[in-house]
Amino acid sequence: MTTEHDTPDPVNGDAAHAPAPAHAEYHPSSREYIRVALILVVLTCLEVWLSYSSISGTKLIAMLLTLTLTKFLMVVGYFMHLKFDSGRFSRLFALGAIGAFTLYVVVLLMFGVWGK
Amino acid sequence: MADITHDVVHEEHTSTGLSSTKLAMWLFLASECMLFGGLITAYILYRGASLKGPYPQDVFDIGYTSVSSFILLASSLTMVFAHNAALDKDFARMRLWLTGTAMLGLTFVGGQVFEFTTFYHEGLSISTNLFGTTFYVLTGFHGVHVTVGILMLLILVVMSWRGSLSEDTAFPVEMVGLYWHFVDIVWIVIFTLVYLIPTPQK
Repeated sequence: MTTEHDTPDPVNGDAAHAPAPAHAEYHPSSREYIRVALILVVLTCLEVWLSYSSISGTKLIAMLLTLTLTKFLMVVGYFMHLKFDSGRFSRLFALGAIGAFTLYVVVLLMFGVWGK
Repeated sequence: MADITHDVVHEEHTSTGLSSTKLAMWLFLASECMLFGGLITAYILYRGASLKGPYPQDVFDIGYTSVSSFILLASSLTMVFAHNAALDKDFARMRLWLTGTAMLGLTFVGGQVFEFTTFYHEGLSISTNLFGTTFYVLTGFHGVHVTVGILMLLILVVMSWRGSLSEDTAFPVEMVGLYWHFVDIVWIVIFTLVYLIPTPQK
């Protein structure tokens, strides 16, 4: 029995059966990339300044990790286009990144790294 | 420098509607998170556990490593310029940015070799103490990844020069770019966790 799905599209032929591309990818302009790079430079300068500053202990570590996470997300989002790409790529990468982070934090907790 | 916004579709008819190559690249990068996560965890686990020196504070030069970090950040910028040039089908400009990215990467690796040599002369080898072992393995693995990235960039330049890249030149440039930016984000994490966060004193 021929169903509607089996009937070739008289206009587009087989192409009608192929899934449409996810979406048109947006690529930032060179000017946007420069802006992101400048922010990354400022954040790196801030990190280096913090490491020389009088701030120490947990406060210093928390500030450095926040800056690092911001830089990480900016590179992944803009330079690696995850912000503009299909959400499936983001989920796939997040699975590895968050999975690794969770696994190794558990390992460090098991070894009592923060209790030393 | 071109300042335009690109709307591009890399069409590939798959059951997901997404490029399988790109999906595989993201899957590979996700697995790399596991690899570097393990190496970083080993470094953190043995922080401050070395029984004899040299210790991190004896050998690290934050100023020098900061310059290396800026070089790697700059290479990520040149890499996206190369991708934009490929999207514009301006292949001469693309080759220029790709070569620039490779040169910045080479400078970073050269700096790392110099750093390793200096540390070795200061008495820190891979078998000196726990710090030496975890530090050299972690940063050495990263250096190898940068070197592989440089080779991929140079192969792209040569292939483009010989005209052996496919019509959709922007796609392989994007894939190599993804790898290159990943190497950059790994360094962002290493720079903070290894160099900037002070090691607890015994």
